[in-house]
Amino acid sequence: MTLLSIENLSLSIHQFDILHDVTLSIAAGEIVAVTGESGSGKSMTALATMQLLPKGAHTTGRIVLGDREITALDETTLCTMRGNDMGMVFQEPMTALNPVQTIGAQVAETIRIHDRTITRAEAFDRAAETLTRVGLPQDRFPLGRYPHELSGGQRQRVVIAMAIALQPRLLIADEPTTALDVTTQAQILDLLKRLAKEDDMGLLMITHDLAVVADMADRIVVMRNGKIVEQGETGHLLRHMRHPYTKMLFEASGHRVNLPAAPAPAPLMRVERVIRDYRLPRTSVFGAPGSFRAVDDVSFTIQRGERLGLVGESGCGKSTLTRALLGLEQVQGGSIMLDGEPVFTGTRPNLAVRRKMQVVFQDPFGSFNPRHRVDRLITEPFHLLPDPPSGAARTRAIDEALLAVGLTPRDATKYIHEFSGGQRQRIAIARALIIRPDLILFDEAVSALDVSVRAQILDLLAELCGAYDLTYLFISHDLSVVRTVTDRVLVMKSGKIVEEGLTKDVFERPQHPYTKTLIDAAPILPDIGVPA
Amino acid sequence: MLRYTLKRLFSLILSLAVASVVIFAVIEIAPGDPASFMLGMNAQPETLAALRSELGLDVSKVERYFAWTSGMLTGDFGTSYTYRTPVIDMIRDRLWVSLPLALYALVISTLVAFPAGIYAASRRGQAGDIGIMGATQLGVAVPNFWFAMMLVLIFAINLRWFAAGGFIGWDAGFWKGLHALTLPAIALALPQAAILARVMRSSLLDVLGEDFMRTARAKGLSSRQALWRHGLRNALIPVLTIIGLQFSFLLAGSIIIEQVFYLPGLGRLVFQSISARDLIVVESVVMLLVFSVILVNFLVDLAYAAVDPRLRSRT
Amino acid sequence: MKRNLILGGLLSALFVLAALISFAWTPYDHTALDIPNKLKTPYANHLLGTDHFGRDLLSMIMVGARTSIAVALVAVGIGMGLGVPLGLWAAARSGSLVDEVIMRGNDLVFAFPSLVIAILITAIFGAGAVNAIIAIGIFNIPVFARITRGAALSLWQREFILAARVAGKNAARISVEHILPNVTNLLIVQGTIQFSLGILAEAGLSYVGLGAQPPTPSWGRMLADAQTLVSIAPHMALVPGFAIILTVLGLNLMGDGLRDYLDPRLRVART
Repeated sequence: MTLLSIENLSLSIHQFDILHDVTLSIAAGEIVAVTGESGSGKSMTALATMQLLPKGAHTTGRIVLGDREITALDETTLCTMRGNDMGMVFQEPMTALNPVQTIGAQVAETIRIHDRTITRAEAFDRAAETLTRVGLPQDRFPLGRYPHELSGGQRQRVVIAMAIALQPRLLIADEPTTALDVTTQAQILDLLKRLAKEDDMGLLMITHDLAVVADMADRIVVMRNGKIVEQGETGHLLRHMRHPYTKMLFEASGHRVNLPAAPAPAPLMRVERVIRDYRLPRTSVFGAPGSFRAVDDVSFTIQRGERLGLVGESGCGKSTLTRALLGLEQVQGGSIMLDGEPVFTGTRPNLAVRRKMQVVFQDPFGSFNPRHRVDRLITEPFHLLPDPPSGAARTRAIDEALLAVGLTPRDATKYIHEFSGGQRQRIAIARALIIRPDLILFDEAVSALDVSVRAQILDLLAELCGAYDLTYLFISHDLSVVRTVTDRVLVMKSGKIVEEGLTKDVFERPQHPYTKTLIDAAPILPDIGVPA
Repeated sequence: MLRYTLKRLFSLILSLAVASVVIFAVIEIAPGDPASFMLGMNAQPETLAALRSELGLDVSKVERYFAWTSGMLTGDFGTSYTYRTPVIDMIRDRLWVSLPLALYALVISTLVAFPAGIYAASRRGQAGDIGIMGATQLGVAVPNFWFAMMLVLIFAINLRWFAAGGFIGWDAGFWKGLHALTLPAIALALPQAAILARVMRSSLLDVLGEDFMRTARAKGLSSRQALWRHGLRNALIPVLTIIGLQFSFLLAGSIIIEQVFYLPGLGRLVFQSISARDLIVVESVVMLLVFSVILVNFLVDLAYAAVDPRLRSRT
Repeated sequence: MKRNLILGGLLSALFVLAALISFAWTPYDHTALDIPNKLKTPYANHLLGTDHFGRDLLSMIMVGARTSIAVALVAVGIGMGLGVPLGLWAAARSGSLVDEVIMRGNDLVFAFPSLVIAILITAIFGAGAVNAIIAIGIFNIPVFARITRGAALSLWQREFILAARVAGKNAARISVEHILPNVTNLLIVQGTIQFSLGILAEAGLSYVGLGAQPPTPSWGRMLADAQTLVSIAPHMALVPGFAIILTVLGLNLMGDGLRDYLDPRLRVART
């Protein structure tokens, strides 16, 4: 029986067309995944269903939940339905909870707002039951906890508890695991699946992650630029994709590149028994301040011409390690030598060492000074050279770097806001390449990109490996990406390297239990026979 | 929470210590010897020396600093050079005018600003919002002492609802005293209320854009319920900061406003003392003003922790 | 809201222009006494009327604008000149002793309202316009230091700063090359607001006799003169009062307009 049906929904906000003629339906107990890249309108479809659209939104078409046409109801009636008939879970668990209210009060609020007769104590009892149901038992997570005392995954459980406290018929989850680590993601997805089944609840999943989609959805809806390009039962759609965009999306998600063979081993960077401690804020007025060991006795070597991967979940110490490798922070033990010289030399950086190393960051929007033009942005590393090129030589270097990453010399005079996310990552790579470093660090360099753009950047990397004999350390939480662009991989957990080996071996025969958990937790894209 | 309080208390004491050194040092630079100023040009050296030792001026500066500060801790602020009476007595009388005035103004300002700010935020972009924002824009631009003169002109001289100035004292009864302070308090409060209303509005609007407000709406709260239950308490955090800062403006403002209404408060005392070069009084009043500002900010820090659980558990 | 910017700009420009013209020309000599024509309400010969000595109020307002603008401008200059570098320094060494000392120092200065500073200065040196400048200027230092530090701290978290560090640039160079250009919008807007607050503060200080002394004309002192006569010659209070209100209003509108124009998300401090 159809629970939710969206019929010919079109949406515009201040004259901008957001959705166009969207039609889809969900049955009770069914999981429907809406997927697509950024700007596809998938989140707006979810918000339209909740009727929580921003001001200035104008919709046509119908949204019917059960026997009620949501699009025709007034705000007061909608308030009685939200949280009661339909619940919603959002992407960012860190900010989705009110920081100054206890989790118990926030869950109980859903119950009390819809049933004025219930007493405060009863509402809290039911909140406790609901929290236990989502995996937050009272003995470890009492109602009086505040959101900041919980981890991201635990907070997302609280948000889910608020959404399902009244056992709504429809649950909408908007990228519910995008902000979470892979192992946490697996747990939250299992929880959502279990709840949908137990309560015979329709689940509308919004996600960009096709592996997640294929893993849990009964039906898939693929969107692009506000339109549905294809939808169907999961197994059927995976086997018989009709629309080229769907095919491209799935191909890009599992994109593999061919790296040229690495040269014979010759050590470039040696990391030996590195320890990095952070001072914690004082916990008592008189006691010594505590410290936190972010990197704990880490040793490895990067060979010249090698593509090394470093995987781990958030908080495992990989960002701290990156900053130490770059020589930006002092380590408390061990040594980091690049080509035989220490990378950290106190407050006055040793430019001779620094110029052998460059970095590409994650955020395509935050890694450039918005007030400088591209030529100035990508020549910033020239500061490291004793005799930086000027005049025609400088222009030649800029042109060459831009061409190498697939841009044109004309782009040199533009500002960064004129480029898309993928183009910005190309510029970041150009900035890293321009002084021909021996080693490049890629710090989550493709994590913020849409899958199709990500595939292009990975291709560019493979191409540059051939043209420039790159040596790089590829730091990422994304196992599928690391698997394709590295020769060897390090697995990091709680500041330690727990496993190290050839990428192929580690992924096929993981030895350490943590590596196994990590690989098991990662949702796998089914082999759909699309030519790679 | 205890640790947080202790840490704030430590910072309060440190600020007071530094402030007292600064004030003492500044007054020490002031030219002229109070004793010779009091006795005039033709004083005998012996009388001068006697007076100097009576005033405690014949010891080293360091000793004098500690005598001054330790005296203040026990309520002994020294003796006025001009009136030869204990400074504490002079201050106590004046404080009973200035402090109630500042508090009265703070209450008015909050009572006006909170509803205005909340109303404007909840009707963003509508006529009510635009009207209130226009009024606050004007309120911020009006000098409080000029506003005070206009109030006197309208409500005291023309309508005769209030006295044009002076203070009958609390002995005449609480309500009469309050009545006498009403015009000054309004004059003092309104420009501050305008600022506070603006801060309240923008802080609420910031909170309205937060993710958890959307979560609240998804639970089934109406936008008004979400505003009251989740928005207000979060919006209060920056507003508290401004209230703390405003107290120092209210105190400073009350010194000026006392001039308009001829109120016998700390402001009058300070100006009289400056012209009489009664520096020990100036020194003590300034220290007292600075003390109250630091104290209020300490209380605001504690209020923060009451509002925001994240502060309680940290440090 | 370009309307704010235009209206505010026009109002502010009007008073700056009045101040500039006053150097070359005023309707009357602003010090010239004309007892027979004293306490005149506005009429053709004296567009804004005369005071109790028969002096032309329009001329006094024009010359008084000079004092207001000069005091407020120099005070903002002092605040920016010292506050911005301090804020940049504190942010660059965030969490260190330097940062702690600068921020605690700021808190301390905040405990001294500019009126209290003016009282202290007057106790030592006597009253004068320079006192007003110093008092307001000192109070502006922590205002600029705080907002600069706040904005700079969030910039230091950005990856482009990390990229500059990887390029071997030191904190001072990064502060000047990357941080400062990205906080200028904020400083322009805050500067406008502090300018208007400076004009209010100068008027207050002059009113209680801690600011400009005779014969330097000032709006605050004009109001002090008007006080005892407010019942018989309200225009003496209204004229300088409106001058202050319109100038401050103009600057505030301009500040808001600039903020909306440059970047609506700027966190400006208003106290």
